[in-house]
Amino acid sequence: MKTNSILAISTLPLLLASSIASAQVLDVKVTNLTQGMFFTPLLVSAHDNSLHLFESGESATSELTAMAEGGDISGLVTASEALGAVNSENPAAGLLSPSSSTTVSDLNTGSNGYLSITAMLLPTNDGFVGLDSWAIPEEAGTYTLFLNAYDAGTEVNDEIVNGGGAVGVVGIPANPGANGGTGASGVTTSESNQTVHIHRGNVGDTDNAGGVSDVDSRIHRWLNPVAKVVVTVK
Amino acid sequence: MSIKKYFGIGFSVFSLLTISACSDSDNDDVMKDVVVTQSYELTVSNLTNNQPFSPLAVSIHGANYTAWSIGTESSLGLEMLAEGGATAGFFSEATAAGAYVTVSGDAPIFSGESGTLEIESILNDEMELTIATMLINTNDAFTGFHGFDLTSLEIGDEVTVLLPVYDAGTEANNELVGTIPGPADNGEGFNVARDDVDVVARHSGVVTNADGYAESVLDSSHSFDAPVAKLVLKRTE
Repeated sequence: MKTNSILAISTLPLLLASSIASAQVLDVKVTNLTQGMFFTPLLVSAHDNSLHLFESGESATSELTAMAEGGDISGLVTASEALGAVNSENPAAGLLSPSSSTTVSDLNTGSNGYLSITAMLLPTNDGFVGLDSWAIPEEAGTYTLFLNAYDAGTEVNDEIVNGGGAVGVVGIPANPGANGGTGASGVTTSESNQTVHIHRGNVGDTDNAGGVSDVDSRIHRWLNPVAKVVVTVK
Repeated sequence: MSIKKYFGIGFSVFSLLTISACSDSDNDDVMKDVVVTQSYELTVSNLTNNQPFSPLAVSIHGANYTAWSIGTESSLGLEMLAEGGATAGFFSEATAAGAYVTVSGDAPIFSGESGTLEIESILNDEMELTIATMLINTNDAFTGFHGFDLTSLEIGDEVTVLLPVYDAGTEANNELVGTIPGPADNGEGFNVARDDVDVVARHSGVVTNADGYAESVLDSSHSFDAPVAKLVLKRTE
């Protein structure tokens, strides 16, 4: 890089410069750090700088909404691959349980220089764990990242478990741990920040037969970070 | 102390030594009967509002010992530390796994305060540090760092690490009267029964009676967020 500075500036068109990222091969290990929250099927995506799976402070796309409200990554897969992304879909073959890990092996990034990750958090209304466009280092090595929990801003966090996973249907699709309640009246009916933002956490309660929330405040809260990602650049 | 000067030029040679005489003939005269050690100073600051830390449990060991791991069942010694602040069982496991040295802090570290201890270990080619302490106004929360690689630290080097908060997963976070050993409750510490997820995870925080959980013995002062502690680690020798 040092010796090529003159070339890069004076003779290589910028477009070419941005497209010559050499292909890299990655292992990506994702660990769910929480004690009580599940991750829906993960999307691990290598893409270029024309794409974001999500962006803090911006409105969620319809594809992100489907992932964050119902765990459906198909829209994000289609949209990202249309822009040349290389994806690993659902490496855990289903839910990634609390405190467990999954590894994507030998992801060949092609010409893509950025890595993003998403998965919905259950039980939440539209919470998700995310990594937005981490620049993949050119130097081989092992890199550790910690990911926060986001709120898509597209659904009120009423914390009622009612199977409502479809876009626009209010409610939490499921509590996979079956360790919460039913019959909640709902925590809230409004969402102040309707852009993607850091999730404020579940409220929950300790009343499994009513109360305001169907999630348990002793089990279904979390502190950031909620995931650890170890990327091995080979 | 005359060996100090050799660290800079001969570190790789010394790192192959244990405590016996050197087999390298070039250094025979210097090394016979010399025990090569390294010393470290640790200062832990309690960053919580009202979660005293139990006396620190610190060990230096090889790479084969992992005190805990996300998603893995707590050892009995870790359960004893995380539920009751006891260090003996935790240290026994470290020693059984070949730890070179274990040192316990001499007192709790209260919120807003710091505790310092020094630890000296024989030199080895694998040098990892593990530190753990309980947040004593909880059921089974602890903080610490496991397997910190010491080999890259030169004399005088200092690193600062902010520490996360873990849940041992061995006792349900029910926050009930009689279950929390710290001054919030003066209740029970270690109990061999395991009534939680039985794997280590990051802690989700305490609910407290200020947040809709009337039965909780904890109040708003006991809430915390991560990180809960600052560790300053300095190699002194």
